[in-house]
Amino acid sequence: MDAKIFFKEIYQHQVKDASNLKSFQQKNWDAFSELGLPAIKHEEWKYTKVKNLFKDGLIYDQQASSINKDALSNFILPGTEKANHVFFVNGIYQPELTEISDSTDLLVIKTLEAASGDEDSAFVDAYLGGSYGYNSDGINALNASFSSVGAFIKVRKGAVLTQPIVIHHISDAQAGLRFNQPRILISIESLSQATIIETYNRIGTNESLTNEVIEICVEKEANLRYIKIQNEGAGANHTGTTHIRQLAKAVTHAVTITLSGSVVRNNLNMVMDGEFGESHMFGLYLLDGNTQADNHTIVDNAMPNCFSNELYKGIMDGSSSGIFNGKIFVRKDAQKTNAYQTNKNILMSENSSANTKPQLEIFADDVKCSHGCTIGKLDDDALFYLRARGISEQNAKALLLHAFAADILQQIEIEELRAYIDGLISDRLTLSI
Amino acid sequence: MLKIENLQARIEEKEILKGINLDIKPGEIHAIMGPNGSGKSTLASVLAGRADYEVTGGSVSFMGKDLLDLSPEDRAKEGLFLAFQYPVEIPGVSTTNFIKSAVNEKRKYLGLEPLDAVQFLKTMKEKMKLVEIDQSLLSRSLNEGFSGGEKKRNEIFQMAMLDPKLAILDETDSGLDIDALRIVANGVNQLRNKDNAFLIVTHYQRLLDYIVPDFVHVLYNGRIVKSGTKELAFELEEKGYDFIKAEVNEATA
Repeated sequence: MDAKIFFKEIYQHQVKDASNLKSFQQKNWDAFSELGLPAIKHEEWKYTKVKNLFKDGLIYDQQASSINKDALSNFILPGTEKANHVFFVNGIYQPELTEISDSTDLLVIKTLEAASGDEDSAFVDAYLGGSYGYNSDGINALNASFSSVGAFIKVRKGAVLTQPIVIHHISDAQAGLRFNQPRILISIESLSQATIIETYNRIGTNESLTNEVIEICVEKEANLRYIKIQNEGAGANHTGTTHIRQLAKAVTHAVTITLSGSVVRNNLNMVMDGEFGESHMFGLYLLDGNTQADNHTIVDNAMPNCFSNELYKGIMDGSSSGIFNGKIFVRKDAQKTNAYQTNKNILMSENSSANTKPQLEIFADDVKCSHGCTIGKLDDDALFYLRARGISEQNAKALLLHAFAADILQQIEIEELRAYIDGLISDRLTLSI
Repeated sequence: MLKIENLQARIEEKEILKGINLDIKPGEIHAIMGPNGSGKSTLASVLAGRADYEVTGGSVSFMGKDLLDLSPEDRAKEGLFLAFQYPVEIPGVSTTNFIKSAVNEKRKYLGLEPLDAVQFLKTMKEKMKLVEIDQSLLSRSLNEGFSGGEKKRNEIFQMAMLDPKLAILDETDSGLDIDALRIVANGVNQLRNKDNAFLIVTHYQRLLDYIVPDFVHVLYNGRIVKSGTKELAFELEEKGYDFIKAEVNEATA
């Protein structure tokens, strides 16, 4: 399909001149009109053929399907029963489905449109679109062009949320290939503490494509835990950007788990924009069939004395492929930066593949940075050791793979949720002990 | 129990075992000694089923079954145990969970009910005493960050848990100080009975001060060139391996 022509009509009909976000949307629409969708000749999109995901018959009507509130309970993950639940359907924020359990003294959730016209408008002006500086491509601009259907979340200054914020993305693919563009802007105000979980579900058997942008500002001395869980099944495609800007002494901890999907692209940006910030990034991709998971991470050390640590692990079976690209920038002024990065991959089959690319650009001269990546198969010596104790080959493999994944799983603090994901992984590995 | 006849094996293109014959009966302790590179560890690995080695001739029967026809895991379940010369470090797998899986897979194979948590813990406590191993070590990842002595004690602990019919100790004494050696030997001595057997592969006579073998065999250049009783071990210790080499070379000259 010709994406520029296809979306132009929708843009003209749907994006209202009266919107507070009109100028932001227009600016991005102009960018998209110029850039179009990223092609594989674009280095950042070398392995992910985005254009192929935009097929004829794609449904993008910016209408949420009506979903029975009772049906939502199917989407609740173990350990999050009492959480703040935020629902997006077909990429559109649904205030009437959303349920907030924490007090409004602690937590505010509203439409992005509303936030851009009230006391939060200064924040919106300052931070909306921050990711474009790092992901300046047509796919980011396309999302931004339609951002008025998005949501704004604010964790108030000093608030310690008792419950996580779970953001549910539901795509209704009953009628055909569904396209969604959720947009979220979040302010984690200073000294506050929050956990944000993103999860994705599809109704219907047709394919879906979710092009998401979530931008978060973690302000001074605030603490954010972020978990993204992808297990939508074959036919679900995803291009998502999580852009986190953190100010002085802020601490961010992110875990990205990809268990299924067709083509999955995750951008995770950490902008260390204040001294003594700390950032932990973990990822696990356990792939089979034809799944492709492409994780691009950026740590931008703009200020001195920040710490970041990154560990991504992949297990590829079948004809799946895992891609990791980890950029670390250390700006000239960012002295005393500590930045570490590790990516480990295990290939379980002839046809699976892994591509890994660490990319460090260091302009300061007093820093500690390291990176390492491995691609290999299961350790034969370890496998033999287990088998020599009477553990079957299949269980020995499962045991080793499970152990390989364990250091990422352990990063999920909510015990029931961790046990649930652990169960999914054990089932996949057919671990029967 | 174990009958090895004319066993030949190679790794890649290199012939290492050139016709081994050995017969081990229940209740016996056999020691295999020999200089470096004589094929001692290869013999242990081939018996345990390591895939790197290709058996090119001969036969091995274990408890009446064709051992070479069994997978490594089935050999273990039939009652063969190899204490590794270099136990592998496996991050993320706790020793306790691992040994529980191993014990219960073996029990399943033998048609027994799996041990429940209480029974398992009870057995584990007993066996831990045997090798003077601490609970905290067993909660850690398998062999990860263990000292050499701890790794070897862990091997003997696993042996005690699995209660094998035939245990092969592949240079279990290497790198051990005298205290660790005594603990390991003590474990073996307490586990030995009239129904099980041990094959102790070692370079030095030292371990045999603590575990007294019924038979000593000298492996040289892929063959057992001399067999005897424990006195042979003393002779080797005294004279070194050179006299064996000289004897063999004379005989083949």
